[in-house]
Amino acid sequence: MKAFATLLDRLVFTPSRNGKLTLLADYFRDTPDPDRGYGLAALAGALDLKSVKPAMLRELVLERMDPVLFQYSYDYVGDLAETISLVWDGTAKDTIDDDHQPRLGEVVVRMNSLGRTEVRSAVRDLLDRLDTSSRFAFLKLATGSLRIGVSARLAKQALSDMSGKDVTEIETLWHGLAPPYEPLFAWLEGRAEKPVLATPAIFHSVMLANPVEAGDLEKLDPLDYAAEWKWDGIRVQMSSYGGTKKLYSRSGDDITGAFPDIVEAINFEGVIDGELLVGGTFRSNSPTRTFSDLQQRLNRKTVTGRMLDEYPAFVRAYDVLFEGDMDIRARSFFERRDRLADVIEHAPHDRFDLSQLVPFTNWEELDSLRVAPPDPVIEGVMIKKKGSPYQAGRLKGPWFKWKRDPYNIDAVMLYAQRGHGKRSSYYSDFTFGVWAETPDGEELVPVGKAYFGFTDAELEVLDKFVRDNTIDRFGPVRAVRAEPGFGFVLEVAFEGINRSTRHKSGVAMRFPRIARLRQDKLPRDADRLSTLTAMLDVKTGQG
Amino acid sequence: MKPEALLHPTPAGLFCPIGRFHVDPVRPVERALITHGHSDHARAGHAKVLGTRQTLDIMRIRYGEGFAGSEQAAAFGEEIDIEGVRVSFHPAGHVLGSAQIVIEKDGLRIVVSGDYKRGTDPTCDPFVPVACDVFITEATFGLPVFHHPNPKEEIAKLLTSLKQFPERSHLIGAYALGKAQRVIRLIRDCGYSEPIFIHGALARLCEYYVGQGINLGDIRPATIEKSSPAAFRGAVVVGPPSAFQDRWARRFNEPLIAFASGWMMVRQRAKQGGVELPLVISDHCDWPELLSTIGEIGPSEVWVTHGREEALVRWCELKNIPARPLHLVGYEDEGD
Repeated sequence: MKAFATLLDRLVFTPSRNGKLTLLADYFRDTPDPDRGYGLAALAGALDLKSVKPAMLRELVLERMDPVLFQYSYDYVGDLAETISLVWDGTAKDTIDDDHQPRLGEVVVRMNSLGRTEVRSAVRDLLDRLDTSSRFAFLKLATGSLRIGVSARLAKQALSDMSGKDVTEIETLWHGLAPPYEPLFAWLEGRAEKPVLATPAIFHSVMLANPVEAGDLEKLDPLDYAAEWKWDGIRVQMSSYGGTKKLYSRSGDDITGAFPDIVEAINFEGVIDGELLVGGTFRSNSPTRTFSDLQQRLNRKTVTGRMLDEYPAFVRAYDVLFEGDMDIRARSFFERRDRLADVIEHAPHDRFDLSQLVPFTNWEELDSLRVAPPDPVIEGVMIKKKGSPYQAGRLKGPWFKWKRDPYNIDAVMLYAQRGHGKRSSYYSDFTFGVWAETPDGEELVPVGKAYFGFTDAELEVLDKFVRDNTIDRFGPVRAVRAEPGFGFVLEVAFEGINRSTRHKSGVAMRFPRIARLRQDKLPRDADRLSTLTAMLDVKTGQG
Repeated sequence: MKPEALLHPTPAGLFCPIGRFHVDPVRPVERALITHGHSDHARAGHAKVLGTRQTLDIMRIRYGEGFAGSEQAAAFGEEIDIEGVRVSFHPAGHVLGSAQIVIEKDGLRIVVSGDYKRGTDPTCDPFVPVACDVFITEATFGLPVFHHPNPKEEIAKLLTSLKQFPERSHLIGAYALGKAQRVIRLIRDCGYSEPIFIHGALARLCEYYVGQGINLGDIRPATIEKSSPAAFRGAVVVGPPSAFQDRWARRFNEPLIAFASGWMMVRQRAKQGGVELPLVISDHCDWPELLSTIGEIGPSEVWVTHGREEALVRWCELKNIPARPLHLVGYEDEGD
């Protein structure tokens, strides 16, 4: 645990990518199996560890500590796992030297073998036997939130740096292997042959697109590229081989159980990449439905018959990675697309269709198609190089996404809350509102909350405004001055808008973020709720 | 006599009305008793100053010859009478020359500990507990979250990083008085014998420490004109933390910023300051040391000054020790 904890401590503070790679590669080289494999899994988000509820951790710490002193400590630190790691009265810690602390592999195996009633005493015992930084690492793992700025991709890059093997080769193997990855390390260190995947019906890392940025397209020849609509669903991968049929989310989560309608309809063998949507396919001639309809089906373990009827799901196919057990990822986009068209042609028409190409001759033409797409569930276009192979990860060049411009409104800051972690001393979570007609006259009604989009320098400005203009406090939340002639106007950008019964305003934004601080505006200049409801009407085609 | 009649807080700092003197006053006064040389405790411009020889020397280095109207040096343990009040100075273990000040009259004894620590520090005399009726303690790290690790383990992290990133200049932020010299001494004690480069702001104090018999090894100025980044590849550089945001830091090769401070205990706080390598090295007591010191001295009353007063007062209440916060202002904790 000590080596992993030390690594986390260094990674948290190391901003540079190269610095992180050095630290990771050193860790993988110097740490024995199986600990390094579990460490890799934790960093790549692939570690399955029995989770511990924060409430239980709080109870454990309060068994030994005055609640007032704990509260003072928590208020100061701002992060529960870190607070507990620091205040834990580990009277045993002095007697345990580094070499005899529990090892990461040991901790993982032990935690996962516990029965429900044993968790409490096992966690208490582990906290007693670990030192401060190992306690922190353990608590972060057990509460399931590392948040240290290391992506799975970076961890794999470090494996590549350490071994000289190509990162795409590691990526290709990745989802066929499981922690603690001993065969993978053996191969990386040249002690064994490359691991052989048992079946292609596993998840294969998906190919991702980069957003189009200013100047990107000018350098590219439109003739080299094809375009498709970017549908507003969720990206999925279907894997079918030897009777095993699986549906995976973009990140590799198995969501088969929630979509029996799709999985049962699979009549092909291979691996197909597409967009999960609800409604009707092109071939059934009924409309594709919105993301909020799709949300009814997401994040469920099982699904009722009524849900299946009311929100039928289908997959709009984008690409094919395996045909049967044949890996065709190295073939060109157009060649793969021909194969895909053939597979989809013979698949059930109500559950599968083929994403259409959008013909265009120059970027201006594509731009005008992008901003005025023919269907409200389209959120932009995808641009794919005709000759490109299917490469896992987000490579710059072969694929681009070009979204419709995000929505923008001017809203007024109403409440602010202190952030967590790095931002624990800043008011960084903002609730904002717009003007609406209420029985009491014109009032600002809250319409959303945003906690990113601003720079560090802008955060200083926002934080100062909150501290100087607090009019009320509700626990950690402060209400700030917001009057027609005085207040803070925020330009909020968001990706979409849905009706909501949960919010008083009746609307809910997707991915709201602070686009700009509008200190040049007064709250009376901010937008009205009717502006938002109009966006809603346009979107659902009612306006 | 009530303790408040012998010593009580005023806007200028702690004041003894009988002896007509202040302790560590934050504004110029007639007679000042100074615990140690950090600038928030030792200010220039008092008419008369009483402190240890080393504290007075440090004040002279920092403020120049005219730092006070007149000065008087107190040896550790020497009893001095001021208008019928007996005062004496005892080591506080904070920085070179740092002292606790004992104030006594009619059998009532108050100890003003100033800033103090209990851990080992080869650069100053160790803290000596003095039995008393009222113990005035600092609470800079007065929260249960603060547990200062063994400073040598922290230096080991630095030495590991030098091996992992041999091309990068390791810049260690450390306050000019006390921390900088202690860090350099610790690095030497951990077996590092390469030259250590120091920022100009540290030069005179380092020189003074060396003159007082504290061996800092090969220290060189990091301020050579026209020096190229290559000259500092993989070097250890010590400077005041403020200098690292300055153009001064640009002369170094891919600088890796370390900071030696007790505040580095809290990760996200360290991260906010842009520190890549936090070194938890403090010249103050951590929470367990504060508690054990109060337990060891066994005062009938505890007064808590600068820092997180409320948590320490709460702990005293739980232990049935009368305690109150003093709410003194003006102590910014330069030393950590």
